[in-house]
Amino acid sequence: MRSFEYVQARTVKKAVALLAEKGEQARVLAGGTDIIVQLRAGRRQVERLVDIKGIPEANVLSYNSSRGLRLGAAVPCYRIYEDKAVARAYPGLIDAASLIGGTQIQGRATLGGNLCNAAPSADGIPPLIVLGAVCVVAGPEGIREVPVEQFCTAPGRTVLKPGEFLVSLRIPPPRPHSGAHYLRFIPRNEMDIAVAGVGASVVLDDRGERFLSARVALSSVAPTPLLVSEAEKALVGAAVADGAIQHAAEAAMAASRPINDMRGTIEQRRHLVGVLTRRALQGALKRAGKG
Amino acid sequence: MTTSTPKKYDVIGTRPIRHDGVEKVTGRAKYGADLQLPGLLYGKVLRSPHAHARIRSIDTSAAEALPGVKAVVTGSDIPAASDTVQSLGETAVRMRYLSNNVLAGDKALYKGQAIAAVAAVNVNVAEEALALIKVDYQPLPPVINVMDAIKDGAPLLHEDMLTQELGKRTDKHSNIANHFQFKKGDLEAGLQKADVIVEREFNTASVHQGYIETHNGTALWSSDGNLTIWCSTQGSFMVRSQLAQLLMVPESKIKVVPMEIGGGFGGKISVYLEPLAALLARKTGHPVKLTMSRAEVFEGTGPTPGTHMKVKMGANKEGRITAAQVSLYYEAGAFPGSPVNAGAMCALAPYNLENAQVDGYDVVVNKPKAAAYRAPGSTQSAMAVETVIDEVCEKLKIDPLEFRLLNGAKEGDRRVDGPTFGRIGYLETVRAALAHPHYKTPLGGPHRGRGVASGFWFNAGGQSSCYISVNADGTVSLVEGSVDIGGTRVSVAMQAAEVLGLPAEAVKPTVVDTDSVGYTWVTGGSSTTLKTGLAAYEAAQDVKRQLLERAAKIWETPVENIELVKGVFRSKHDPALKLTFAELAGKLLATGGPVTGSASVDAKGVGPAFATHIVDVEVDPETGKTQILRYTAVQDAGTAIHPSYVEGQIQGGVAQGIGWALNEEYFFNQQGQMANSSFLDYRMPTSLDLPLIDTVIVEVPNPGHPFGVRGVGEVPIVPPPAAIANAISHALGVRMTTLPMSPGKVLEALWKKEGGRS
Amino acid sequence: MSNKTHVQARINGEDTEFLCEPQQSLLEVLRDTLGMTGTKEGCNDGNCGACSVVLNGRLVDSCLVLAVETEGKSVDTIEGVAGPQGLHPLQQKFLEEAALQCGICTPGFIVAAKALLEREPNPSEQRVRLWLAGNLCRCTGYDKIVRAVLGAAKVMEAKKP
Repeated sequence: MRSFEYVQARTVKKAVALLAEKGEQARVLAGGTDIIVQLRAGRRQVERLVDIKGIPEANVLSYNSSRGLRLGAAVPCYRIYEDKAVARAYPGLIDAASLIGGTQIQGRATLGGNLCNAAPSADGIPPLIVLGAVCVVAGPEGIREVPVEQFCTAPGRTVLKPGEFLVSLRIPPPRPHSGAHYLRFIPRNEMDIAVAGVGASVVLDDRGERFLSARVALSSVAPTPLLVSEAEKALVGAAVADGAIQHAAEAAMAASRPINDMRGTIEQRRHLVGVLTRRALQGALKRAGKG
Repeated sequence: MTTSTPKKYDVIGTRPIRHDGVEKVTGRAKYGADLQLPGLLYGKVLRSPHAHARIRSIDTSAAEALPGVKAVVTGSDIPAASDTVQSLGETAVRMRYLSNNVLAGDKALYKGQAIAAVAAVNVNVAEEALALIKVDYQPLPPVINVMDAIKDGAPLLHEDMLTQELGKRTDKHSNIANHFQFKKGDLEAGLQKADVIVEREFNTASVHQGYIETHNGTALWSSDGNLTIWCSTQGSFMVRSQLAQLLMVPESKIKVVPMEIGGGFGGKISVYLEPLAALLARKTGHPVKLTMSRAEVFEGTGPTPGTHMKVKMGANKEGRITAAQVSLYYEAGAFPGSPVNAGAMCALAPYNLENAQVDGYDVVVNKPKAAAYRAPGSTQSAMAVETVIDEVCEKLKIDPLEFRLLNGAKEGDRRVDGPTFGRIGYLETVRAALAHPHYKTPLGGPHRGRGVASGFWFNAGGQSSCYISVNADGTVSLVEGSVDIGGTRVSVAMQAAEVLGLPAEAVKPTVVDTDSVGYTWVTGGSSTTLKTGLAAYEAAQDVKRQLLERAAKIWETPVENIELVKGVFRSKHDPALKLTFAELAGKLLATGGPVTGSASVDAKGVGPAFATHIVDVEVDPETGKTQILRYTAVQDAGTAIHPSYVEGQIQGGVAQGIGWALNEEYFFNQQGQMANSSFLDYRMPTSLDLPLIDTVIVEVPNPGHPFGVRGVGEVPIVPPPAAIANAISHALGVRMTTLPMSPGKVLEALWKKEGGRS
Repeated sequence: MSNKTHVQARINGEDTEFLCEPQQSLLEVLRDTLGMTGTKEGCNDGNCGACSVVLNGRLVDSCLVLAVETEGKSVDTIEGVAGPQGLHPLQQKFLEEAALQCGICTPGFIVAAKALLEREPNPSEQRVRLWLAGNLCRCTGYDKIVRAVLGAAKVMEAKKP
């Protein structure tokens, strides 16, 4: 691995300054489970790594039933799923946090890093999208917020400008009669990159008979994780019955733009989107108390 | 988990803790990469980015000029390469191939082939230096598929290679190195007698042994021209002889010190880094260490061949196979020498056939040169034969295990390739499988299926040496040259202990270098427990003889009057005369001197191994994903010296077979470059992918070995892919004819059956 | 030109200092600088677990931790598992159950399994398998490893006052 400068930032302001100074030649280090691999393989080069694990705002993990969840970008997966309150409120998020990479990876990897790495196959992003997460970004011009579904722009690329970094994620509190679920398809039972992944969230009416709202997001079948608005349209107002779910699955399949690569073919991926959308919606329904 | 056999032995069949165990569970055992020496330089290898290219020139000057770089070597630095380039004799040709695989000659024949090597003060400088080496490649069209390679007009890897056809060298230039054939009886007549005939074609992808430890090698020359090599290898004497030939240095000038080895499975027998370390160490005057990265292991060592295979089998309605025809096209990789011969010999071995023909083709392609992988060649041909048998059984409505009883080989039967079986235990494995509760348990759910398959491996014997010296406290030190990859120290020690009437703990085994013990062939071929066990047995007999004589001398009585019973030397006539082993050992120095026994053997009397496996799977028809629900592996071990390590070999072979069946494959792009050279995308089973693996050890002792040992390490990898293919077939009603049977492939098979997507 | 940092960490309970460059992994420093070769390299990209260590009480792959990140932290490796009183029950069980063949993955498995049992004293077989999914073994098929871990859990439970 080529050498670089390693610095620790203890405040948001300091991190921004350290990043802005080097522009494209500086990157954030949180868990390191993506960037260290990339640096070692020569797929990326940096002059400076800015370690944000010491910044309080990047480490916050606080849940409140009225304000929702504040998830620091540097919070490792294990902290998320070991927090009982968070786990109870956001099982859809836990689905992703507990299946990324195995125990050792979960000891370091962060959902913030998973988002900023912006792989099309990222497991953490579809759940964040369907939960309506908002990215809190700090930069030379101050703090701005970006809905998570707009954050990734291309494989490995995000809306972050030089000097900016993801500080935390804001996730709204769960509404009554809501549930979310993330499912991915991998050939083994762990340790694989998703061939296809689907996150789904639903909000039902008081009687649990109709969808008040729903969100479906896909991974691994487009250059970025994809929010499928057509799936939402197929569900909102519809009765909770397999018919609507099937339409949502078909909408998701139609929206997906998979490629052929060594992990899967176009046909296989599109087919899996249909299967997983159905299963993710059923899982979300179950968590909403109906299904 | 062992089938009950009467207790014949005191030590054999028990489960003592392995002697090197504490070192390994505390992290103190030293593997090749752990070696540290003063003044060590670090080496790195430049590898071809092209699957097929002419190498017009290599300019190493910029690399040599980089501060911190101490030496650079290329193929022209290998003495044997320049010496034998003109000769076409078989030995010379094989040496040229080995030399070119260590460092390329005038062509790069696979992506990842070693082109040059650098030694520098640290790994970072070495890697920087690689980038400065200028290689002028002329890319050539690659051949990356065996059936494309044999077509007329296919690009030739070796322009001077002439096809060997049915035993005769032809004047045909092609990528087929060899076509051979085994025949028995009259194939056509046999097919005529059949009531059902099943014919299938198969394609299997290349897979890697997947040992967790990557390759390593460290070399140091003394000022008087003696070379010491430290490496993780399956055979230190093999490394010595390969180096002697490549470097054109007498074997007496080379000492190979085997470090502990983190898995081999056949892939750590051929040298890769050791010659590079030696060349760089000689040029620099310093010790040089090289290790491979995981990607280098995938791209620069020896996976097992991908194949194309055809099987045609006929059987009558009574359930007897009347004819079998097998064609095996194996990808040897860049140089000839795939294990197609072994694959051909094993394919039909479990069955007693009147009429059969097996054709084998050894074909070069622009992929890494194949190396041995656990029962090399046999898993592939078993996939083809054992699944066709299953289909025949389905058509005849005969239980597949009953079918195997009807057709199974036994003592006195002659294999298609010629040899006649001695005492074997194939039918015993089939009966044990039939009787096992697994076979009668209901599957208990939809999309579930059960499959069975059998497998064969000849096992090997070979040369080995051992000496044993008696210590004053009644323990014995046992010295051997067999590298211990999976617990052979303890099983060899147990055989010596059994002879001497000692507990296993009283034997202290050590694995030593090539200067310190007699010639020892590789730890491979499932030979070590047999051959080194035999050497230890005979060395122990030698010790026992000497100790009996010493007791006779002490008691002044003829040696015929003395016996050794359960570790006690005693007079047959006078009960007052007795000494425990330890007591006698304590008297040795004062009564004539130390006692050491030794033996060198060329172990014949090899007993082949058979296995029969049962597997239950559940397939998700919407995703094509297969879960292994339950696995039972029955195997004839002859005599299980240490049952825990026999079970371990079986379970490990099964796990590799499951990976081979479901997810492992070399994924090549159109340019012949491997796309998945990491553990992320080369998918080996994790602990979450497997259930507990039930083993049943059947014991039909091998009359060729004093304790009845049969090799156990290789045959367990042979049945799993076929057994799983059969199980998937019963679960879904589709016949799988490719490996791996990854989810995408299963979906394709399902969609094809349904005539389009459901 | 090297830009080495001086790092102070607590390794297996001992205050340890070393010099390292920013790009060196903890794995590299443990093996090459500190001579602690019990932790092994299998892939160097977080896919095999042979380099498992415990960092500030969490199980991690040391190939994915920069050595500079260990400043002021505690690192527990295989070398610290056995104590002056002898082998840890896990190590003893691995020996009794023959849960190792070549042994290269064993340090990683023992460190990983110890981290599990200290957190969950009575895991199910499936829980053990899930926890250890990041540790690859090519020799054993995991059967005896899983049995050894479950067996060690029983021993450790029995030893509790």
